[in-house]
Amino acid sequence: MNLLINVRIALRALRVNRLRSALTMLGIIIGVAAVIAMVAVGSGATAQIQEQIRSIGSNVLIVLPGSTTSGGIRLGHGSVLTLSEDDAEAIARECPAVALAASSMRGTGQVVLGNDNWSTVIQGVTPEYLQIRDFIIQSGRPFTWQDVDGATKVALVGHTVMQNLFGGTDPVGQIIRIKKVPFTVIGTLAPKGQSAWGQDQDDIILMPISTAKRKVLGVSQANARAVGAIVAQARHAMMMQEAQEQVVALLRQRHRLQPDEEDDFSVRNLVEVFGAQEQSARVMSILLGAIASVSLVVGGIGIMNIMLVSVTERTREIGLRLAVGAKARDILTQFLVEAVTLSLIGGLVGIALGLSVSILISYFAMWSTLISWGAVAMAFAFSALVGISFGYYPARKAAFLDPIEALRYE
Amino acid sequence: MAALIEVENLMKHYRLGDVTVQALRGVSFRVERGEFVAIMGASGSGKSTLMNILGCLDKPTSGSYRFDGISVSELSRDQLASMRNKKIGFVFQTFNLLARTSALANVELPLLYNGVSARERHSRAFAALLAVGLENRQDHHPNQLSGGQQQRVAIARALVNQPQIILADEPTGNLDSKTSSEIMAIFQRLNREAGITIVLVTHEPDIAAYAGRMLVFRDGRLLQDEAVERPRIAFQELEQRTADDTGITGI
Repeated sequence: MNLLINVRIALRALRVNRLRSALTMLGIIIGVAAVIAMVAVGSGATAQIQEQIRSIGSNVLIVLPGSTTSGGIRLGHGSVLTLSEDDAEAIARECPAVALAASSMRGTGQVVLGNDNWSTVIQGVTPEYLQIRDFIIQSGRPFTWQDVDGATKVALVGHTVMQNLFGGTDPVGQIIRIKKVPFTVIGTLAPKGQSAWGQDQDDIILMPISTAKRKVLGVSQANARAVGAIVAQARHAMMMQEAQEQVVALLRQRHRLQPDEEDDFSVRNLVEVFGAQEQSARVMSILLGAIASVSLVVGGIGIMNIMLVSVTERTREIGLRLAVGAKARDILTQFLVEAVTLSLIGGLVGIALGLSVSILISYFAMWSTLISWGAVAMAFAFSALVGISFGYYPARKAAFLDPIEALRYE
Repeated sequence: MAALIEVENLMKHYRLGDVTVQALRGVSFRVERGEFVAIMGASGSGKSTLMNILGCLDKPTSGSYRFDGISVSELSRDQLASMRNKKIGFVFQTFNLLARTSALANVELPLLYNGVSARERHSRAFAALLAVGLENRQDHHPNQLSGGQQQRVAIARALVNQPQIILADEPTGNLDSKTSSEIMAIFQRLNREAGITIVLVTHEPDIAAYAGRMLVFRDGRLLQDEAVERPRIAFQELEQRTADDTGITGI
């Protein structure tokens, strides 16, 4: 007796009890749909964090001024600018694991164009900064070291500033006044989106660091070369740790710190920070998937339940089949195929439902979801497995019925 | 050529809790090919146990049963299944048709288990329905058929594998007397024309009177084994009955 006939017998039996078959499938449908939707939500969160990590720039270390002790009073991080442009140049020059380093100085200021004005972040940087932080020039040109040396009044505007100040017009070539100083817009930045801590990375104006210090943000008289932060890019993702150690050693030496003295700066590996976040999102997604899988198992128990009822109900039919020459294997196959058919059809409908739910979640709840085809395949395979494993016991029970007893069953 | 059924000192014991029930206590007889045998006895006489053993659904506790020259006690479960499939046709008191399944599909059932192609299944099942006169009812479901028609579908199902023997267990138990005669007419025709051996269990002497030989059981033993002197002939009775109904007797 071939499998095809068994499939046909099974489909017949399922069609005879349409409502019951549909309700049994519902368990599997919900299970599969839940796995797919939950994994989609989880992978969506992971993907979002990965996107944020990418927006920091690749292999980026951030060096910030640290606490200093002044006359026995310990001052907080960043209260004194302990880093200088020379530190940045030295890092780029002397740390073998570092490819690029750039200085940055940050402040806020009012920007005026005609009758409009807008308050935004003003950041003075060296040209390498664009490269390290992965800022892309959308139109116009970036500034160069010549602009830094000459402290030229040029600016690059971020996407948010562009929208708020320029409306639909092309900013390149226009003159804006930043803290009353006229600047020429030489380029616009491609949108980067929100940072991991919810800051709009496009609400920004970049300009040469020299210009920023002299014309906009002001300079500390004590240390004209001081900077707010240094960003450095390691040569390779695998060299982050090495680069960090080299930067620390170099800065301690340059700042003439004694071995018992604390660092007056701190080096942060942001990728590491977000790596932990990504890890937790990943765990979350596994957890969601695991919880959803439980409903798949519950669906499997539903199948087993219905198959047991079905075997009992059809005892006489089984007895008859055995009497007219069905072998135990034939009966086993027949009921197993029935269970697997239930779970596979349930699996297919569940995939369709899971995909639609994922799309609806991202549409209505504005959560980013990412459909994982691996999870779809896994959920489908799992539902088949559920059918086989939960269908086996009832099928076996049917196959080893005593034909005499079965025929006599009322 | 050996007899179709050779039973030697057949015993069957059941354990029911602590009690051992002796359903058969040493039964010996032979059935030749082409015989029509009625097995009679009160309930508990062991006739159902005997039928189960003859039908290869059960094995004896001791003694030997040779069917068509094969010693049945030595066969495995699967070999018994294939024996039932190819050589034996069953007819039950309660018909045992699959509900919500057409007459034709019901008749095809035994053919599903021996690898016959779909086309041959259809043609053989149709031929079997033709043999019982239900060729125009092939698409009807059991609940659309009368009791007599259902039993005829069951006979067609028993016939479809061209068995050596048909084992009928109280086939007329649920039918009225006229329908019973119709069913017995079919059995007699199959026996006479196709030479199919028929063993029929009944507790009604009227029905046993259609057979050529009668075995009477009591308390697990064969009490009486004798030829029926003048078997009733079902089709003559049916003609007679039709004549009575239409009032044209004696013309």
